[in-house]
Amino acid sequence: MSDHTVKSFDEQLEALSTLVAQMGGLAEAQFAAAIEAIARRDSEAAERAVGGDIRIDEMQQAIEDRALKLLALRQPMAVDLRETLAAIKTAAELERIGDLAKNIAKRALVLNREPPIRLTQSLARMGKAAQTQLKQVLDSFSNRDAEEAEAVWNRDGEIDEIYNSLFRELLTYMMEDPRTIGLCTHLLFVAKNIERCGDHCTNIAEVVYHMVKAGHLASTRPKADITSETAYESQA
Amino acid sequence: MLESLSTARGRIGALLAGMVGGGAAVLLLGAPVFWAIVALALAALLVGGFVTFQEPINRVPEQHPDDPLDILPPLTRLVLDRLPTPAMLLDGAERVLFVNQSMREVLGPGLERKKLGQVLRHPDVLAAVADAIAAGATANVPFTLPVPVERHFQVHVARISLSPPVTALLLHDVTVVRRSEQMRADFVANASHELRTPLAAVSGFIDTLRGHARDDTAAREQFLDIMASETARMRRLIHDLLSLTRIEMNEHVRPEGRIALDGVVRQAVQVLMPLAADDGVSVTVQAPSQLPDVLGDRDELVQLFQNLVHNAIKYGREGGRITVTLGTRDGQVFAAVRDEGEGIEASAIPRLTERFYRVDVKRSRERGGTGLGLAIVKHIISRHQGRLSIESTKGVGSVFTVYLPEAPAQLPPAEAPAGGAARAPAAPVTEML
Repeated sequence: MSDHTVKSFDEQLEALSTLVAQMGGLAEAQFAAAIEAIARRDSEAAERAVGGDIRIDEMQQAIEDRALKLLALRQPMAVDLRETLAAIKTAAELERIGDLAKNIAKRALVLNREPPIRLTQSLARMGKAAQTQLKQVLDSFSNRDAEEAEAVWNRDGEIDEIYNSLFRELLTYMMEDPRTIGLCTHLLFVAKNIERCGDHCTNIAEVVYHMVKAGHLASTRPKADITSETAYESQA
Repeated sequence: MLESLSTARGRIGALLAGMVGGGAAVLLLGAPVFWAIVALALAALLVGGFVTFQEPINRVPEQHPDDPLDILPPLTRLVLDRLPTPAMLLDGAERVLFVNQSMREVLGPGLERKKLGQVLRHPDVLAAVADAIAAGATANVPFTLPVPVERHFQVHVARISLSPPVTALLLHDVTVVRRSEQMRADFVANASHELRTPLAAVSGFIDTLRGHARDDTAAREQFLDIMASETARMRRLIHDLLSLTRIEMNEHVRPEGRIALDGVVRQAVQVLMPLAADDGVSVTVQAPSQLPDVLGDRDELVQLFQNLVHNAIKYGREGGRITVTLGTRDGQVFAAVRDEGEGIEASAIPRLTERFYRVDVKRSRERGGTGLGLAIVKHIISRHQGRLSIESTKGVGSVFTVYLPEAPAQLPPAEAPAGGAARAPAAPVTEML
């Protein structure tokens, strides 16, 4: 961060970005609780995730207010302006992730009343992949690391592929035994929510990239060709 | 701070007294005596300086605005830095004053002077720290790092000083305890579920043999064969589950042995040669003459490549070729296992390392697969902080590439790292293995 003649301006910017990081922490904890609820059939964790959403919403409000005040009073330029904008945009994405986590947790409460099925483990694993994306994109935000953001952005295809595979598997289940349709629909929505969460992570990655480099990731993206030669890079 | 101020004042006082005394002496006694007194004053100053220089540890150092770490005496800082427990000190504004090496291993580099929220976002930890700073409350909160390898900590937070305001954060690693709890639950769930089918088959055949097939010799032979293969499957399953559990237990502990990967790969291939010969499959290993070592656990790495090559034999084309290519790329050592099988559907690829996931359930059963081979591979790679890449083309074959970070160059003791010299000592180790 460059030095400003007004010391408190730097502090205000830093406070704003710390607030975003904290909101990220809340979203991470919320999402982790939701996945835990699915993986370990932990209804307590699910209730925690459902209840925690209010705090995320409040945080988003606080970040917006602060950013608006900064824009109005300081009229930031260049990287400062991009940082302020990034805070607003990231907060909006994190708020969506919080909502998705809440929805997953609600469905976990229903799933946990039914007998356990193997596919929830596949969902939990998909959830872990999304958790990795979320953690790394938030790290890239805190460290102002455009390369890391780009790596997150490039890795989203992995989650999409897991989603496609789970989708197909769930369809087969439902066709084989229509009694499972109710249960499988919940699982399908959970998978979709996780997949959406991955998308929000790529959105944040784009925001971080723009904040650091002032360019856009989206315009440089090589169109992902859907050949059968799809490489899967496991973040082992 | 007060103490050092007072010594500074003392020194200036001595100098001034010397000067005043010197002025009077010039008037009364002349120049030589003046110079003698100036020399005395300077000596007093030097001695004062020397004494404070000798005892930096006992002094509370002044807090320079450009080095907030200066509040720690050097020795204390060293002790803290080497402490195996991850530790962090924060100032009154939640800014990181100090982190030790263990903490850097957990949270990554570049933590100093950042706000706590930017390096450790967990809401419970942040709340505990805010409480500690504001009200001096001591807290103990659980904290989980989900990725890359799940680690569980108890975070102890305590305000250790009001002025200057310092709050300490210590992490207590409880991963092993949490893991063994989870693993026991997983093991029981997996084992009971996966063993149910073969057990049902075996007990079904026992009933039949006791019943109407009692005197049917042909049927008896056939049933005994099936029972033998089912029990073999159960044995393999238990073996794989046990080794998976063992690997998972240690997943967060980094291996420390220096391993030459080509030796490991050759050893793994050697074991599988009879199996390959049965299927008429040839296995070749291509390795450069000089390959950097990797940090690893030998037995686990052998198992890793055994699983990959075994898969290539199982799912490759009968009479086909399998090649294992070793090399380096971007500071990492890689080993690529290539088969000429029918290839894997793109959507199945990300799920291959999922436990009990099978692309083709029937085929996997026929070939004696447990559905755990690649899950084991993934956990071994994860422990070694490596990466697995799977590429597959329908009708052409699949390539499983393992990337492992190069071991840091070994330095001879008491020699500074210097360009090419740093690489040289690694060579004998490669030859030894």
